[in-house]
Amino acid sequence: MALEKHETGVHVISYKVLMMVWLTLMILTGLTVWVSRQDLGVGHILGSLAIAVAKGGLVIAFFMHMSFEGRLLRWLLFVALLTLAVFIGFTFFDLAYR
Amino acid sequence: MIQRDENRYAGAKLGIWLFLFTEILLFGGLFLLYAAYLSQYPHEFASAGHEMQLAFGFANTLVLITSSMLAAMSLTAVQLREQRKALIMLGATIFCAIIFLVNKYFEWSSEINSGFYPNSPRLATGPMGEALYFSLYYLTTGLHGLHVLIGIVLLTLVSVKVSHGTIHAGNYVLLENSALYWHLVDLIWIFIFPLYYLVL
Repeated sequence: MALEKHETGVHVISYKVLMMVWLTLMILTGLTVWVSRQDLGVGHILGSLAIAVAKGGLVIAFFMHMSFEGRLLRWLLFVALLTLAVFIGFTFFDLAYR
Repeated sequence: MIQRDENRYAGAKLGIWLFLFTEILLFGGLFLLYAAYLSQYPHEFASAGHEMQLAFGFANTLVLITSSMLAAMSLTAVQLREQRKALIMLGATIFCAIIFLVNKYFEWSSEINSGFYPNSPRLATGPMGEALYFSLYYLTTGLHGLHVLIGIVLLTLVSVKVSHGTIHAGNYVLLENSALYWHLVDLIWIFIFPLYYLVL
């Protein structure tokens, strides 16, 4: 059983799950270094960022317990990331058509 | 009474997350600046990026991910009423954080000795894009390093409270929030590592 329900209704993430997440993060770190050594051109940036997003997602979901949080925190996280995406997206919209 | 405690817990949790969002936007701004300069000076960024030493960044990535897991484990330990284990995990987290900073010290020393620091003769006479890369590099990793330092102070305070029994299975929101802050420091580094050490 990966998750145990605490008596107060709080989720406890087992040591085993945390170690599995750690192992996955280590493998992804190795993968991102390997990808950077391949001849991919612009694929480098996209590949590295895709792996970074996957690693970040694991950290947020498990280490930061977000996958067990309620709707409020999830929506707030979504709004914060959307704001960041709008900032970055609009900047590049401007840079690309200058 | 129990209801009021639960509200207080939810409020504390909401508060730290709102703070973390402002941190994400702060570092997001620096990443945005990186992206904009990269598109403007692709060749200068590439040549400056090749001066970075991957081994330092790689080692620090492994250290920080490990410390993040240890911090998460300390919360699990407190929730399971294993105070001693929680203390050991917190101590190991702080140890990793110190290793990170020592590693950073050697990395910066090596770069400064090679003549890469803001307004150094080598950068001042070189192309604009390279100077911008290194300014942004020192600003971003310096600000991140400051967060690591604050994390060490915070986690030390939490360790004292765990050892005194003020943080326990019935009240651990300070530990949880400090761990969340620490995970954010890890999260930011997960993006700094590819941008400054790998993609160029």
